[in-house]
Amino acid sequence: MSAMFLLIGASLLVAAGFLFAFIKAVKSGQYEDDYTPSVRMLFDDTTDKSKEENSK
Amino acid sequence: MSSSVKPTHDVGLKCYHCGDTGNPKSFVYADDHAFCCDGCKTVYELLKESDLCTYYNIEDRPGNKKAQEAASAGFLSLDDIEISNKIIRFTDGNRARVVFSTPGMHCSSCIWLLEHLNKLNQGVISSTVNFPRKEVTIDYLVGEIKLSELAGLMSAIGYPPAISLGDLELKKKKRASHSRVMKIGIAGFCFGNIMLMSFPDYFSIGDLELTPGLRHLFAWLNLALALPVLLFSASEFFVSAYKTIRYKELNIDAPIALAITVTFLRSVYEISTDTGMGYLDSMSGIVFFMLIGRYFQDRTYENLSFERDYKSYFPIAVTVKNKDGEHSVPVSKLQPGDEMIIRTGELIPADCTLLSERASLDYSFVTGEADPISKIQGEKIYAGARQMNGAIHARVEQATSQSYLTQLWNNDAFSRNKEEEHKTYIDSINRWFSLAVILTSLTAGVVWYFIDSTVALNAATAVLIVACPCTLLLASTFTHASILKWLGKSGLYLKNANTIDRVGSATSIVFDKTGTITAAHEADVVYEGAILLEEDEAAIGALASQSGHPLSRRLAEYYDEAREQVVAEQISEVVGKGLIGYVGGKQYVLGSAQFTGSEAGVSKGANVWVSKNGKILGRFVFHNKFRSSLGEVVNELKGNYHLELLSGDHDAERDVLTPVFGNDMKFNCTPDDKLEHIKQLQLQGEKVIMMGDGLNDAGALQKAEAGIAVSDGVNNYFPACDAVLDAKAFDRLPRLLRFTQQSRKIVIASFVISVLYNFVGVYFSVTGQMSPLIAAILMPASSFSVIIVTTLSAGILARHLKISQN
Repeated sequence: MSAMFLLIGASLLVAAGFLFAFIKAVKSGQYEDDYTPSVRMLFDDTTDKSKEENSK
Repeated sequence: MSSSVKPTHDVGLKCYHCGDTGNPKSFVYADDHAFCCDGCKTVYELLKESDLCTYYNIEDRPGNKKAQEAASAGFLSLDDIEISNKIIRFTDGNRARVVFSTPGMHCSSCIWLLEHLNKLNQGVISSTVNFPRKEVTIDYLVGEIKLSELAGLMSAIGYPPAISLGDLELKKKKRASHSRVMKIGIAGFCFGNIMLMSFPDYFSIGDLELTPGLRHLFAWLNLALALPVLLFSASEFFVSAYKTIRYKELNIDAPIALAITVTFLRSVYEISTDTGMGYLDSMSGIVFFMLIGRYFQDRTYENLSFERDYKSYFPIAVTVKNKDGEHSVPVSKLQPGDEMIIRTGELIPADCTLLSERASLDYSFVTGEADPISKIQGEKIYAGARQMNGAIHARVEQATSQSYLTQLWNNDAFSRNKEEEHKTYIDSINRWFSLAVILTSLTAGVVWYFIDSTVALNAATAVLIVACPCTLLLASTFTHASILKWLGKSGLYLKNANTIDRVGSATSIVFDKTGTITAAHEADVVYEGAILLEEDEAAIGALASQSGHPLSRRLAEYYDEAREQVVAEQISEVVGKGLIGYVGGKQYVLGSAQFTGSEAGVSKGANVWVSKNGKILGRFVFHNKFRSSLGEVVNELKGNYHLELLSGDHDAERDVLTPVFGNDMKFNCTPDDKLEHIKQLQLQGEKVIMMGDGLNDAGALQKAEAGIAVSDGVNNYFPACDAVLDAKAFDRLPRLLRFTQQSRKIVIASFVISVLYNFVGVYFSVTGQMSPLIAAILMPASSFSVIIVTTLSAGILARHLKISQN
């Protein structure tokens, strides 16, 4: 049964890790705008490619 | 309000740049391509200059230089240290961050372009768009680009930043939702883990006994996890309860704070004396659900501001002429005696005296007068009007904040807090329910004390734990959240949940005229007089198109097709009087009766006379076009509400409106008159909804129980109000009002359901049989069922009343 104590402790640590990540995410302001990132993600980043092409 | 991208109309022409469809008449053309607006066309040209086929490839181009320089001139006032200090968020001397409100962005390519400003100008380091708020945050190098140039660049690509006097008073928006997300996250985390660790205890029946060691471990861990919930997540209930108890009142949070405290203390007692596992899972669960409810209820519309005063309408600077020449001076620094130069389309920012010969002023937003007013040299001009024709010089008489219009904001109607004053039915229910619960608890305690005193405390506290008034809060917050969402989908945006009841319990509605029940900038044109030939119509249209006067513009629109390819020559305009021009060799005169030589006297309402070669042909009479559904809307509302019309305009349309409003109409009202009238109605016991749209309605909107601003475009200005009605949804008004009234039923119905659960729970508590297991089943069960019932009912009611369809 002592294994239980160890397991519970370990699982709480992992859970605390996730909680920490959550708190960091909220503090970083991610939750202030939940629409624009979804649009931003779809932009093509072809700028660098064209620069390469033009400098050839 | 949806912030996602939607096509506006479903016919024909698509913009080559952004793909938007719209009114074909407003499209502009270049290179055989059609564009929905100048912005898209300019961006296309800019991209084309860079010789690129898709607009994703953009190299470091300064943009369309000429347009940019012109645009920068309009923003020169931004370079003034005092003004820029107020707009810039922070700076270290080298870099600076500014946030511009750009209501012009409407699609994903706008976002793309605005986030690639650094490719257009090396002074820009980076830019980030917040689309729901229609803002762009720009980091730039102070030495490389000036604030005015930056604004000019944005303007040149089609996204002019909107900066008003109100933006200079940076009120820090409370990021309350930020910490609430945190509270919900922590409450959820703790709730989940406490529940997990409580399961073993629930399932330990018979052979599956939990060893004492593990039991202690779980119990103390639960206690540790419950602490953040009690001290952090639930803090808003305690703070709010404490605040109202100080004033010897009870709001909805007080009994909840009591229930949470009792639950926690009892659990602490049980755990420390090893008599049980406590009720911490129920406690944290209920805190979690209540916070979620509050979060959804308080989510407001990010790009709507319900708190605008005159400062958000006025510009930040005006051109002032002094010995050294013309300078851009911040409006707040205007002194009596300054000579202002106000150009066409600009606002008069202060009460002043006209120095130029003539001015034609549009006061429709300020006083409600639909027709422009003519002023001559030496006359006093009040702040807030828009100059229509040509640049004028005027001498400031009063500083902006002392002007006649802005004095309105000194009225104490503006300083009251409507939310605190209004006692909703929820507060009444809450009071009765809490009283009942406390009585039951005390009775159970007392009765058991005489039968078997060990059970007394058990029973008393169990009642307080289970019969939680939390379910009333859950029912109301989730219902409100649903209702706000449905109303928003249908075009009525309420400021907060408290407004629902204020709108729903109204007994009378007062309408403003100009802009509220009249369709903006449209007018019926009726011609009286001698028959006009085709060439006459074309000539009149061509001549009218040369003037900026609103009546001329309407005439030009009216004869839009007729005047194609016809050119008027030798045009001369006398501002406020009329136009003279030649078409095909014949002289046409458009204007007032006196100007054209007609012998008719001055008439009320807007008339434009026309003469040809000196002979009067006839006149055009302009009627305000009322919203097409006005008659039906008023008819439907008449049965349930007392209706009135208060207008700042003259009463030329009294006869047209009498069949609609009967005799309950008042014209020529000043903004103060409107406010006083609302006050009188309230003294008679009426609960008033005010519907208006302009600065002259600001006082009435504040005074009324609920002020609804009718807006043709939510990016346009509207004064401080409790709700915004999209003009397109005007015909749905009766249904929307009925929906808010009936929302009360939903809250009460779901409350009744939760009371049934409470009876079951109270039965167990009073008989001393309450256990954590039973509580753990009852609490989530009642919470979920309340949430589901309210959300579904709101949706069913919304569909039943058809509030989203025309």
